[in-house]
Amino acid sequence: MSGFLRRYLFSTDHKVVGIQYLLLSLAAVLVGIALSIIMRIRLAWPQEKWPILERLMPAAFAGGPMTPEFYLSMMTMHGTIMIFFVLSTAPLSGFGNYFLPIQIGARDMAFPVLNMLSFWITLLAFGVMMAALFATGGAPIAGWTSYPPLSALGEIAGPGLGLGQGLWIVSIAIFCVGSLFTSLNFLTTTLNLRARGMSLLWMPLTVWAWFTTAILALLAFPVLLAAGLLLLLDRIGGTSYFLPAGLIVSDQLIPNQGGSPLLWQHLFWFFGHPEVYIAILPGMGITSHIVSTFSRKPVFAYKAMVAAFFAIGFISYIVWGHHMFISGMSPYAGIAFSISTMAVAVPSAVKTFNWLATMWRGQIRLATPMLYSIGFVSFFVSGGVTGVMLAMPSVDIFLHDTYFVVAHFHIIMGVAAIFAVFAGTHFWFPKMFGRMMSESLGKVHFWLTLAGVYAIFMPMHFLGISGGLRRYAEFTEFAFLRPLQPLHVFISIAAFVTAAAQIIFLFNCFWSIRNGRRAGVNPWEATSLEWTIPSPPPHDNFAGVEPVVHRGPYDYSVPGASRDYLMQTEGGPE
Amino acid sequence: MPLVLSIFLWLLPIVTALLFVGRVWWTPDLASIHGRSIDDQLALALIVAGTIFVLAHFALGYFIWRYRASGSERALYWREHPKLEAAWTIATAILFIGLGIEGNRVWAGYARESMPSDVVRIEVTAQQFAWNFRYPGPDGRFGRTDPRLIDDSLGNYIGIDPDDSAGEDDIVTQNLAAVPVNRAVEVTLRAKDVTHSFFVPQFRVKQDAVPGLSIPVHFTAKAAGEYEVACAELCGMQHHKMRGRLQVMSEAEFQSWLRSRAAL
Repeated sequence: MSGFLRRYLFSTDHKVVGIQYLLLSLAAVLVGIALSIIMRIRLAWPQEKWPILERLMPAAFAGGPMTPEFYLSMMTMHGTIMIFFVLSTAPLSGFGNYFLPIQIGARDMAFPVLNMLSFWITLLAFGVMMAALFATGGAPIAGWTSYPPLSALGEIAGPGLGLGQGLWIVSIAIFCVGSLFTSLNFLTTTLNLRARGMSLLWMPLTVWAWFTTAILALLAFPVLLAAGLLLLLDRIGGTSYFLPAGLIVSDQLIPNQGGSPLLWQHLFWFFGHPEVYIAILPGMGITSHIVSTFSRKPVFAYKAMVAAFFAIGFISYIVWGHHMFISGMSPYAGIAFSISTMAVAVPSAVKTFNWLATMWRGQIRLATPMLYSIGFVSFFVSGGVTGVMLAMPSVDIFLHDTYFVVAHFHIIMGVAAIFAVFAGTHFWFPKMFGRMMSESLGKVHFWLTLAGVYAIFMPMHFLGISGGLRRYAEFTEFAFLRPLQPLHVFISIAAFVTAAAQIIFLFNCFWSIRNGRRAGVNPWEATSLEWTIPSPPPHDNFAGVEPVVHRGPYDYSVPGASRDYLMQTEGGPE
Repeated sequence: MPLVLSIFLWLLPIVTALLFVGRVWWTPDLASIHGRSIDDQLALALIVAGTIFVLAHFALGYFIWRYRASGSERALYWREHPKLEAAWTIATAILFIGLGIEGNRVWAGYARESMPSDVVRIEVTAQQFAWNFRYPGPDGRFGRTDPRLIDDSLGNYIGIDPDDSAGEDDIVTQNLAAVPVNRAVEVTLRAKDVTHSFFVPQFRVKQDAVPGLSIPVHFTAKAAGEYEVACAELCGMQHHKMRGRLQVMSEAEFQSWLRSRAAL
């Protein structure tokens, strides 16, 4: 193979794989944002005709306003692409691949070829998902949760549920395989390849976050893979895992019998709830790391932070039923799921206390990575408190499937995780590319996005509390929904402005690669191992010299030290 | 810069709290008996969540401003404080789990409510984009149904078996139902094709209708008027148009409504 292909395309270097994952997420997030803009156009002005859009997508309009099925397909694909190819990809496989080996002092991942393979499998999954988006008959309309029977019946249940839905399931199944390989690699690397002196409790919290996330991914994705295969069999193999007897769809009697639609919900959410933490745990790690660095203080209660990762990870496996309070599940089971969900809020609150305690009596430097991390903490609180509300079945009865839930999960797993990605990008960009990103462009982007995101999602709480149902293509049919239309117009305009502001971030990334101020080895005066090697790092990270670790990762402002940070490789005062 | 960010983080919860307290947007007017306990629980949850939201943002904003880098001082070297950590862990556990137990008490109280003998029984069969309501008629018994007998052209939307005498007096309506005020109603939810969800916002009732299952849900309407039944679970392309009308009327009006329907 030629040098270029080997080096940049089919590379087994964890740093190249990490950047490949980040670029894949970038492509996916652009598609996801475009789809959300189409959704917001329809929600704000459901009856309007759009001649320009119609020329681009004639089938989506059929000579009039945007069709409801097109709206639902945009919604399904937006959710799927964002959750799988952005939130499960950038924070874990992107930054994790690049920095986990360096932060523990390893030369590469434990299985570099498997690592390369993971990326190509994920890319293949993305290709199949794009095929679903452009499938004949339309993209699927069953939502990212794809509940059967709707998703299991094919074209007769609705447009996009034939080929589009089939490709969707295949793509998700492929994605699960890629993520499974990645998690194996992360776990083995963390356990086996740590440098001399790097004991487990001296690892940066980012590493702990990726490690616990990998455990979640290892246990969650196989369940979704299995569920996806069963759903595929129901569609093409004549089985009846999810289809009960006597269904009448479009005047046709469906021959299947004996299955249960609730089985899918249990399997899906057994994956789906840990998935939320797969998206957000790496963000918690990045936030802990950055808040400590830019407050010039040790992370408060490091051991409690590690314990909280495991507590959240463990409890996240016994809360899935809180997605099903009104599904027809036994109320007794609902009570158990409700209490376990309340329990998962405890380690989450502990993390928030610890971030605040880390800032207390610090010397806070408000550089861009810190700004985005403060944004993360704000979103984590805003989205977390609504999670506590929704954990109560009596409250969930009214708020279930309303925009209150949409606001909750967008803020806590969408925006919070994305702010961690922004923070990580600004923080590690100098290490990855040897140049700083523009601080002033970063600040403009931070402010527009922070204010924009709250302008989009805060009003959704009011939509929800007024009974505004999600997954509705328009709010015109019901008297109780019609008064909410002005809120939708406001949200859409806020969404357009916020989406446009992302151009600043994109420009900053690409402009800074060539034109940014040159970064030294350690521009942020941070302590972990990646800041001991050149920017960008050489192929084997440590140029053949294995680092030796002498202290924990957050020794900032140590009394008696000559400067306010001590690298992990330094000796000196304890 | 630190001050601007602090002010943003302080204003955010204040403005949000004012919009909630001012009830600029709020739940639709309550029209069921049990809904009071749900509304109270919602209010309690909002107060607890809102308080945490406000306090956390006040602290975050204050720390950003108060502990901004001076350039000359060093930060405090402070790594842990086990007693403090234990205190806030236990406090949040008591708060959240206590709130959870209270929330479940309310829910169990509603879910396990026993039905009086004069309960009005209605069977609702959801289908793609319509609600079929069935009343048992004077005999108080629902006739047997069979999906193979469903024929929309004959008006047999739910496949009532003509060979079962219990079904002869059953009353079936589509997208229109009536219930008497101040009398318990038990709805049995079924679905013909895909999963739907029966949502009457003013009653604080929401329950999925799952194919293959018969799921009971109950309410007692306390105000006469017409209410909307909306589908709350994505069921296909016309999901947003799946609208039923539910009329709440006096007992006498309800009886005459049933008679007029039976005569059709």
